[in-house]
Amino acid sequence: MSAPVTEKKSGFDIRDLKNLFGGGGSLKQFGILGALVVIILIFQIWTGGKTLQPGNIINIVQQYSYILILAIGMVMVIIAGHIDLSVGSVAAFTGIIVALAMKDWNFPWWAAIILGLVVGALIGTWHGFWVAYIGVPAFIVTLAGMLIWRGGNQLIGDSATVPVEAGFQVIGKGYLPEVGPNFGVNNLTMLLGFLVVLVLIGLEVRGRRTRKVMGAAADPVWLSVLRVVILGGVVLVAAYLFATGRVGTSFPVSGIILAALVIGYSFLTNNTIIGRHIYAVGGNKHAAELSGVNSKRVNFFVMMNMSVLAALAGMIFVARSQASGPFDGVGWELDAIAAVFIGGAAVSGGIGTVAGSIIGGLVMAVLSNGLALKGIQSDLVQIIKGLVLLIAVGVDVYNKTQGRPSIIGLMTNRNKSGAAPTNDSTSNEVTPGGGTPDTVVPGDLRK
Amino acid sequence: MEQGLNTEPTILEMQSITKEFPGVKALDRVSLTVKANEIHAICGENGAGKSTLMKVLSGVYPYGTYEGDIVYEGKVVRFKDIKSSEAAGIVIIHQELALIPELSITENIFLGNEPGRGGVIDWVEAQKEATQLLARVGLDDDPDTQIKNIGVGKQQLVEIAKALNKNVKLLILDEPTAALNENDSQHLLDLILGLKSKGISSIMISHKLNEIEQIADEITIIRDGKSIETLNVKADGVDEDRIIRGMVGRTLGNRFPEHTAEIGEVFFEVRDWTVQHPLTAERLVVKNSSFTVRRGEVVGFAGLMGAGRTELAMSIFGRSYGKFLGGRVFKDGKEIKLRTVSEAIGHGIAYVSEDRKALGLNLLDTIKRSIVSAKLRKISRGDVVNEIQEAQISEEYRKSLRIKTPTVEEGVNKLSGGNQQKVVLAKWMFTDPDLLILDEPTRGIDVGAKAEIYGIIRDLAAQGKGIIMISSELPELLGVSDRIYTIFEGQITNELPVAQADPETLMRSMTSSSQKVVA
Repeated sequence: MSAPVTEKKSGFDIRDLKNLFGGGGSLKQFGILGALVVIILIFQIWTGGKTLQPGNIINIVQQYSYILILAIGMVMVIIAGHIDLSVGSVAAFTGIIVALAMKDWNFPWWAAIILGLVVGALIGTWHGFWVAYIGVPAFIVTLAGMLIWRGGNQLIGDSATVPVEAGFQVIGKGYLPEVGPNFGVNNLTMLLGFLVVLVLIGLEVRGRRTRKVMGAAADPVWLSVLRVVILGGVVLVAAYLFATGRVGTSFPVSGIILAALVIGYSFLTNNTIIGRHIYAVGGNKHAAELSGVNSKRVNFFVMMNMSVLAALAGMIFVARSQASGPFDGVGWELDAIAAVFIGGAAVSGGIGTVAGSIIGGLVMAVLSNGLALKGIQSDLVQIIKGLVLLIAVGVDVYNKTQGRPSIIGLMTNRNKSGAAPTNDSTSNEVTPGGGTPDTVVPGDLRK
Repeated sequence: MEQGLNTEPTILEMQSITKEFPGVKALDRVSLTVKANEIHAICGENGAGKSTLMKVLSGVYPYGTYEGDIVYEGKVVRFKDIKSSEAAGIVIIHQELALIPELSITENIFLGNEPGRGGVIDWVEAQKEATQLLARVGLDDDPDTQIKNIGVGKQQLVEIAKALNKNVKLLILDEPTAALNENDSQHLLDLILGLKSKGISSIMISHKLNEIEQIADEITIIRDGKSIETLNVKADGVDEDRIIRGMVGRTLGNRFPEHTAEIGEVFFEVRDWTVQHPLTAERLVVKNSSFTVRRGEVVGFAGLMGAGRTELAMSIFGRSYGKFLGGRVFKDGKEIKLRTVSEAIGHGIAYVSEDRKALGLNLLDTIKRSIVSAKLRKISRGDVVNEIQEAQISEEYRKSLRIKTPTVEEGVNKLSGGNQQKVVLAKWMFTDPDLLILDEPTRGIDVGAKAEIYGIIRDLAAQGKGIIMISSELPELLGVSDRIYTIFEGQITNELPVAQADPETLMRSMTSSSQKVVA
């Protein structure tokens, strides 16, 4: 091996295209992102354009935001090497307490939200205590939790439905308000879109500068521009769609909450000490402990955090359906877990990203929505979703063992010696269920 | 080798094997010729291509993924997987043993090859054959014993019994003695010689050159993916220095760095350290051990495997092993408490584990993230990691320790053993330790990288840090240390300045507690 590459040649090279979205290690996300785009296009054609109508995409965001919020917490749990089966029940338990707090105990809506988060934190403390400090596998702890909190919901709520007040409903079914002159669009939504584009440009510029300071190879300029144009274009089109729906609708409040969480947790997992520690514990617990990582605290944190997010998801759901009921959140854990694995996480822990899980969740959301638009029965929808999960992860695993990280990777791989299962730059991102890399791939190619 | 002593027919000829990974030519027209009834050693630095060559031979990299021909028993063979190479009588025994701890010896030997009919295993037959196979490898253990209850040395023998059951004609051993103590190693080498006399050829990869010199007939040296030369041990009068010269392409001069230690005051002291086995209450793994480390000094710890060296080190490092029963630690004259790993790191102590894959590294992580992982706070503001500093710092270590990688963004799982070890060293140097405990710092890495690691150790000492070096290799301890403790059955049995130490004295103290009773 020679000296590191510090500057790429400036000429056009089609192979650089694989760095379009994240490059290197994120290739897998590109694959999933591509699948999402394809699925959207298929349904757009199949439903005769209904999928991308403003009303429908607003609906998708409102209807699936709570699953996506769960996926954020779930990917962290799964990276740390655990699982949480209780999220649906925790959401339901929180929902009924919050609903009763407003109805019977006269909590204002904002105090009820705080109460809900506290309830989530307490439940998370309970789960975290058993997982981290007693050492009971999270599967068991949260299986128990699934029963306990479901039963708790029905006990407290008397298995009845409890309505919630209008002020509270905003977090589930509210929209950005109309302000300023009337251009026929929702001004705040468009403003938000432009802001996001500005942030994208800023991030790209900063990223390039950072890589230069680090002495690493920066992408060619055309690639940066292309990336900003594509992403910015998608954002503006989306903003326009959200801004031109039925009068009185615009970008949903739950979407804003979701976006804030995605940004916050992406930062947390990538750039903070606790985030690094979650990956470290999931990747090799013993090595992490011998590096001074308190693995118990990490495990406690991920379990606790999951329940807080589950509580939030439960409240958003209750707000949207205007009432808390005894069967809220049934089966949510499966949707959240599916989203995380479609998004490229590994069953054995150590691998996964927030962004990937969100994309995975969107795949499921668009799929369910599109099938519903076509009037497909729910029994069939379940079968199709199950198959999609299996095929998505299966294709991923197969590609990994064949050394083909993605279609783009395949197109641009000029190595004629064929299968080289270990050596693509993505091989440290082992496939879902792939186990540790030294069992899946021989780690040392030059030995 | 026209003038070679071995006039046996050729059993294997690998002709001009080229194996490419994207961006890397792992093997470049490598040739290897093995004769019948021969022990053929393959030597080369880590990363030279030895393991890749063996993976090509055993079908791990199937036909079509490499260029060149494999001629085996006179025919060109094209293995599509391990099963097909085993059917031809080529069996590879990997460095990491592939036995299942919860199963018995018999079950392991016949795993995937069970005798019987229609899917029903004939255990009586299996038992009978297992007993015979065990006798052939010189094991008299009950074949019903679970693998987890026998030592690594015996496990290695079970692996060979398993190979014999497959009617092996050509046995490939990858670092067979890396995890064995001297007795077990000798036993294994004798066994390989015994197999040779019964017509089973072996290809052996080993970093222990004295073993190669002892049993090999021919040696092929591989360097940077090319076969450099094939030596006939007897005809060419090969010795260790000759092999090393071939491997590194130059004379290493002295394998150990010249040094004049500037040794300061005692700054670290352990008194009466006692540790109990984590499971068995009556078993003391470390008994009343006391020792000191001075600034700028490399202190060697010599002991056979299982003597309690690692256990002593790990229990000092934040009580990471067993149950702490008693003992005190002083640093710079003050007593310190080391109850957790973070406390130990906070007091400037670093521990580089003997098992870098299981305990030293997160193999899913990149080089740069690994290097800063033991003291993230050093490059964080609030709780936010500064990724620019992370990249710059890891880049500095890449250069100063000469970690062979195109970039620090690479996953650590892609590095060779020696380079992984450098990453682990960098990770601990980054914590600014005053005392580094290095547990088998050169295990499983090649001669060239070893010399570099020795250099790093002496540099660290020259900066005034105290070093504890635990090693099974006496030449290395004698070459690098300033002072050596010996440890036997959990007790420190002797303490010698390096000038007064020699292998015989050390070995005596490592195998009996009679010489000096530590109060």
